[in-house]
Amino acid sequence: MNALNIRDLRKVYKNGFEALKGVDITVQQGDFFALLGPNGAGKSTAIGIISSLVNKTSGHVEVFGHDLDNDPEGVKSCIGLVPQEFNFNMWEPIGEIVVNQAGFYGIPRKEAWRRAEASLRQLDLWDKRQQMSRTLSGGMKRRLMIARALVHRPKLLILDEPTAGVDIEIRRSMWEFMSELNRQGTTIILTTHYLEEAESLCRNIAIINQGRIVEHSRMDRLLHQLHTETFVLNLRDPLNELPSLQGFELKRLDGQRVEVAVNSEQSINQLFEQLSLHEIGVTSLRNKQNRLEQLFMNMVESARNGAAQ
Amino acid sequence: MTRYSRYLTAFQTIFTKELLRFTRIWLQTILPPVITTVLYYIIFGNLIGSRIGEMDGFSYIDFIVPGLILMAVITNSYSNVVSSFFSSKFQRHVEELIISPVPNWVILAGYVAGGVARGVMVGIAVTSVSLFFTDIQVQSYGWTLTVFILTAILFSLAGFINAVYANSFDDISIVPTFILTPLTYLGGVFYSISMLPEFWQQVSLANPILYMVNAFRYGLLGVSDIPMGVALGIVVLFIVALTGFSLYLLNRGIGIKN
Ligand SMILES: Nc1ncnc2c1ncn2[C@@H]1O[C@H](COP(=O)(O)OP(=O)(O)OP(=O)(O)O)[C@@H](O)[C@H]1O
Ligand SMILES: [Mg+2]
Repeated sequence: MNALNIRDLRKVYKNGFEALKGVDITVQQGDFFALLGPNGAGKSTAIGIISSLVNKTSGHVEVFGHDLDNDPEGVKSCIGLVPQEFNFNMWEPIGEIVVNQAGFYGIPRKEAWRRAEASLRQLDLWDKRQQMSRTLSGGMKRRLMIARALVHRPKLLILDEPTAGVDIEIRRSMWEFMSELNRQGTTIILTTHYLEEAESLCRNIAIINQGRIVEHSRMDRLLHQLHTETFVLNLRDPLNELPSLQGFELKRLDGQRVEVAVNSEQSINQLFEQLSLHEIGVTSLRNKQNRLEQLFMNMVESARNGAAQ
Repeated sequence: MTRYSRYLTAFQTIFTKELLRFTRIWLQTILPPVITTVLYYIIFGNLIGSRIGEMDGFSYIDFIVPGLILMAVITNSYSNVVSSFFSSKFQRHVEELIISPVPNWVILAGYVAGGVARGVMVGIAVTSVSLFFTDIQVQSYGWTLTVFILTAILFSLAGFINAVYANSFDDISIVPTFILTPLTYLGGVFYSISMLPEFWQQVSLANPILYMVNAFRYGLLGVSDIPMGVALGIVVLFIVALTGFSLYLLNRGIGIKN
């Protein structure tokens, strides 16, 4: 059974704007799925429809076999949502926010407190349970929304930019947390603008642009499509003149840094052979761009050019 | 966990949340109507009332007691639901409910129960104060309580509908200021409509609050300008209509969904 099945989903907002123009997405049970796209692509709109916050104009949505039109309660019971914008009561204590959410799902108060404790502890917020939510920092507020989304143990967790504005240490611990949750069987859909995050966490990916899916595949297959990778090399000694290497072209960034593209038929070994031949010492190297980022930019750009024609 | 026990838990959660909300800020929610009512008793009841003489066979202060209590119930049940539901829209935490597997009628019932609870608490507080200023003998506890609760339900529903349509904090004060307050003052709280010219008596009959005030006065004092059956029928009719309309708004997601 698929965790999520979306067919020909369309959304026209009241002002006439067409945010989704026939979207198909399939997410398998147990998957860690990335839904990527530039600002305004329609990610939050799609997530809003799946979680009943936005009315669809047409199309089909199925979550773990429950049809959104015929069995909305079945759909809702399966989903935990971490929305993009803060949407909790700023004048309510943190503990109560989580417990009340559990209550809305029908979990009795005693059991709700037990679960709230577990999920607040996991996200390092239990000590603050009596504080008003408005006193939390931005990163803590995001974690509060994750704790709230997990309290009814959803089969499908949807995270709309959960790591936006979260510092690197906490972001790392959130990655570990999400991976662990996924290992234990929770299907996860993640949207993010940090593409290295999607690359390292997700197994499948869909890219949406201007209301249309432009890519829907396995992450490894997609990354395989990348023909060239660009590296930045830090040199031991400054170069006065750029040597001509066989098969590679160096580009000077400044005195001690050069950039070089390696295509999929070449190897980094070959590059270093050439560099040694010319007695160029390299102290370190890094990818100029994250691989997914490069693909993403290519795709969005070609879609834009396509639209312009 | 059966479906209905799930719904019951959800209802209790909404209701408890509402209860906590207004009892936490009792200085703003319970106390003000008590103070207002005391002022009415002092000014209209004692100072001016003693010069007015009798109305429908009662001293003026006794005559206005039922209306004043009901006025407090109306304002408070209304404003509880309108401000609570509007702020849940404004701060977006209404989304917590929309994404949950709770049917709309449970959501509505939860908010209305919250409004009724505040109406009843304020009503009890105001009634207790009334006992200091008057010595009324309750004629029928059954009637009194029925009207009390029905009125609170009706105005909680009205507050809910107002909140659904409201887009700003101004919008939630327009209805109370321009509709609710005039209707209440013209609803026979301070006078018997038999004092009015024939034409204005007829006009007054279009005011739903008139029926509630009179039904309540009947429960407390045993007199009314309106036959009891008619009064009760009209109140119930309004409740049914507003419930239907509220559920329609929720099902369509008007004011809360894109
Ligand atoms: N309520 C609304 N009324 C009209 N248009 C809307 C509404 N909400 C969103 N849109 C438009 O729909 C498009 C998609 O918005 P959406 O929020 O789904 O984008 P997104 O992919 O989540 O972007 P971001 O990465 O910035 O969060 C945007 O052009 C946006 O302006
Ligand atoms: Mg978004």
